[in-house]
Amino acid sequence: MAQTTSQKGGQRRLPVPSWLRKTLTTFATVAITLLGLLFVTFMIGRVMPIDPVLAVIGERATQAQYDEAYLALGLDKPLLVQFGIYVTDVLHGDFGTSIRTGKQVSEDIARVFPATLELATLGTLIGVVLGVPLGVLAAVYRGSWIDQISRFVGLIGYSMPIFWLGMMGLLIFYGILGWVAGPGRLGVFYQGLVPDRTGLLLLDAMIAGDWTVFKDALSHIILPACLLGYYSLAYISRMTRSFMLEQLNAEYVTTARVKGLSEWDVVWKHAFRNISIQLITVIALAYANLLEGSVLTEIIFAWPGIGSYITTSLLSNDMNSVLGGTVVIGTVFVALNIFSDLLYRFFDPRAK
Amino acid sequence: MKTFTNFGKAALVATLLGSVALPAFAETPPNMLVIANRIDDIKTFDPAESFEFAGADVSRNVYEKLVNFDPLDLDAGYAPQLAASWDVSEDGKTITFTMADGHVFASGNPVTAKDAEFSLRRAVLLNKTPSFILTQFGFTADNVEDTIKATDDKTLVITLDKQYALSFVLNCLTATIGGIVDSETVMANETDGDMGNAWLRTNTAGSGPYKVLDWKPNESVMMDLNPNYGGDEPAMKRVIVQHIQESATQRLQLERGDIDIARNLSPEDVAGLEGNADVKVVDELRGRLMYWSANQKVEALTDPKVLEAMKYAVDYKGMADSFLKGQYTVQQAFLPLTFLGALEDKPFAFDIEKAKSLMAESGYPDGFDLKISVREAQERIDIAQSLQNTWGQIGINVELIVGTGAQTLDRYRAREHDIYVGAWGPDYPDPNTNAGTFAYNPDNSDEAGATGLLAWRNAWGIPEMSEETLAAVVENDTEKRKEMYLALQKEFQQVSPFGVMFQQIEQNAMASSVENFVAGGATTAVSYWVITK
Repeated sequence: MAQTTSQKGGQRRLPVPSWLRKTLTTFATVAITLLGLLFVTFMIGRVMPIDPVLAVIGERATQAQYDEAYLALGLDKPLLVQFGIYVTDVLHGDFGTSIRTGKQVSEDIARVFPATLELATLGTLIGVVLGVPLGVLAAVYRGSWIDQISRFVGLIGYSMPIFWLGMMGLLIFYGILGWVAGPGRLGVFYQGLVPDRTGLLLLDAMIAGDWTVFKDALSHIILPACLLGYYSLAYISRMTRSFMLEQLNAEYVTTARVKGLSEWDVVWKHAFRNISIQLITVIALAYANLLEGSVLTEIIFAWPGIGSYITTSLLSNDMNSVLGGTVVIGTVFVALNIFSDLLYRFFDPRAK
Repeated sequence: MKTFTNFGKAALVATLLGSVALPAFAETPPNMLVIANRIDDIKTFDPAESFEFAGADVSRNVYEKLVNFDPLDLDAGYAPQLAASWDVSEDGKTITFTMADGHVFASGNPVTAKDAEFSLRRAVLLNKTPSFILTQFGFTADNVEDTIKATDDKTLVITLDKQYALSFVLNCLTATIGGIVDSETVMANETDGDMGNAWLRTNTAGSGPYKVLDWKPNESVMMDLNPNYGGDEPAMKRVIVQHIQESATQRLQLERGDIDIARNLSPEDVAGLEGNADVKVVDELRGRLMYWSANQKVEALTDPKVLEAMKYAVDYKGMADSFLKGQYTVQQAFLPLTFLGALEDKPFAFDIEKAKSLMAESGYPDGFDLKISVREAQERIDIAQSLQNTWGQIGINVELIVGTGAQTLDRYRAREHDIYVGAWGPDYPDPNTNAGTFAYNPDNSDEAGATGLLAWRNAWGIPEMSEETLAAVVENDTEKRKEMYLALQKEFQQVSPFGVMFQQIEQNAMASSVENFVAGGATTAVSYWVITK
């Protein structure tokens, strides 16, 4: 009740609008979540049985060089102090320098995250555009050949190792048929031709109006995007089918049919509308999964994304990069959660 | 989460299915070289700091040195480059270099002795990891102004703390850290007194054939011609190195004609290229050695008979002919073949019966338990498993401890391992680079903390052998020096707790039109400027 005020101990509280309270609560939750995430990752990095100094100076450094690097990294301070210094730096926008690339972590992430964003977005679009109709049709025509195909697609998607499918895709569509370009984001002849505005190559090429670069970038992204899209499709179509079956067995659907509504209206205007809220969560989860970066896909297709960045950094004990990447991934998850909450409120009056 | 080991299987599957002939439809332009390589180890281009393989590849093509190797005649050893000639004082401690004419930095500034003075002093003052290559001659932050001095634009005088073999000094100057940078350009980009270190990490300022145009970590390095390069104009005007992790992917790109050279093909993929007339594979011996070592803090491993038995119970040929085929050759001395004084003797062959009888004569006739510490690289795990099997046959029960490179190395440096299976590559192209770590450990105490020495890591105290190693460093008669290293290696083979097993062969696959590709042998890095196609 945002308009009411209360008195306690004779003091009068200022009225706080509910939207403000919710916004502040959301911000506090996000801040605590991210801080917790950072804390856990930071501590894991520090207690791992790996010497972070060696990661910086290499195995052939002298003891004097080791000691110098030890102090420079602040490792002589208590863990909590180290964490406090790190968080203060992060709040000032300084994620530190990557010991693996020698560049600022923020600069590295600004380069690798758009690559993942572009790939994950296209992959999710493919998964949604194909997966949702397939799931709906499989539910409507339950037990038919369409349903069998849907199951088969889902089964393959769940059971086939992604690196194997990736290799096969590369071999067939790039190696043998030559329909798509090879690994990487752009051919060597097109690099640097369009200004880097967003880091999203397709978008940058469109903004620059350079359709040759756009075609080349599309030719590079289409295969890994289809691969990721296929895995999303398998998940989304199975979930859609399951949600739809539940709705199609509901009494209101029978009533709608008895009232003489067309099958199209029954399926799409009634049943599908009611699963849209659950679908939002499923799609958001699928999208978040891809945004985490698909390490194996990125390695097979030499795609310089955040998944392989974090993994390689972790294996090299480059904790600044791991922490920076973790913040980004954590923020993405939180943002997608908030976004799906907002969509819930929009689609479902009860959530308001 | 699937593990990286799945990639091996994936590569194999792709290789098997990829045995069909692929239609080549693309070709790179005739003046552009496109290479697929694993370049995720590049941290910096600064020659005073760079110490990684892929970084050395870039550095060799960007920076010239006082003396350098001719890529088309590596066996000839060092030759004049920025220094036209040099004189050594009577006491052998002062070397005076006379600079050559006609060398110009990419910026247009001429290369002078002042630049050489700046570069070498800078390497000492910055005190980065590879600085030991120079500081081992007695250069310190306090004395560089006197010991490394340009008396004029044409003359550089360096003064060593004592007499060393001239070949040792000059060989060290061919290492990456000997790269001469453009002092004016570098200092114009100095921040907070870092002598341009931050700027040189991502930029280059050399007089070599190429300059770095663009570097995207883990993605690509693009190099263009240095327009002021003083030598013959290279045929390749642009060189692009793409980071491609997967062997199968590199092979596909090569067969499609999208790249000219694939540098990390697995034995399966190399075998799969057989019969493809458009592609050839060039083998080259590199400097990396694969070895096992026994920690002398473990009592059972101090027994000479046990160590000898273990050396006989290694299936050298079996490994080299199976999972290491084409990638490694058997080498049992601590100097890689092609190095000055490298010993070719291979006294140990797989002989289980002999190993068993040696064990019976040892203080451990019933065997004992042992842990092998090995990093999670497939070839090393394969080697460790082979050792587990063959040592098991002589009563040594082996447990494998597999960890990340950093974990395994931590244990090794802390002298907490039993057996370590690892690799070692030379830091500079002089025999002392390996002798000084395998056969040098004058103070074996824990307090000495000589973590850089392999002998110390294995708690192998060798005051006498250390003296022999030091004596070889100062011997100026090259032939005599060679004999000293041969003798040192023979003794080492017999008595050391090290089992050197293999030397790396690098197999580079390339379009059949590519000529003069030299990966650098055991002594240096790749040279793009001589390549034609």
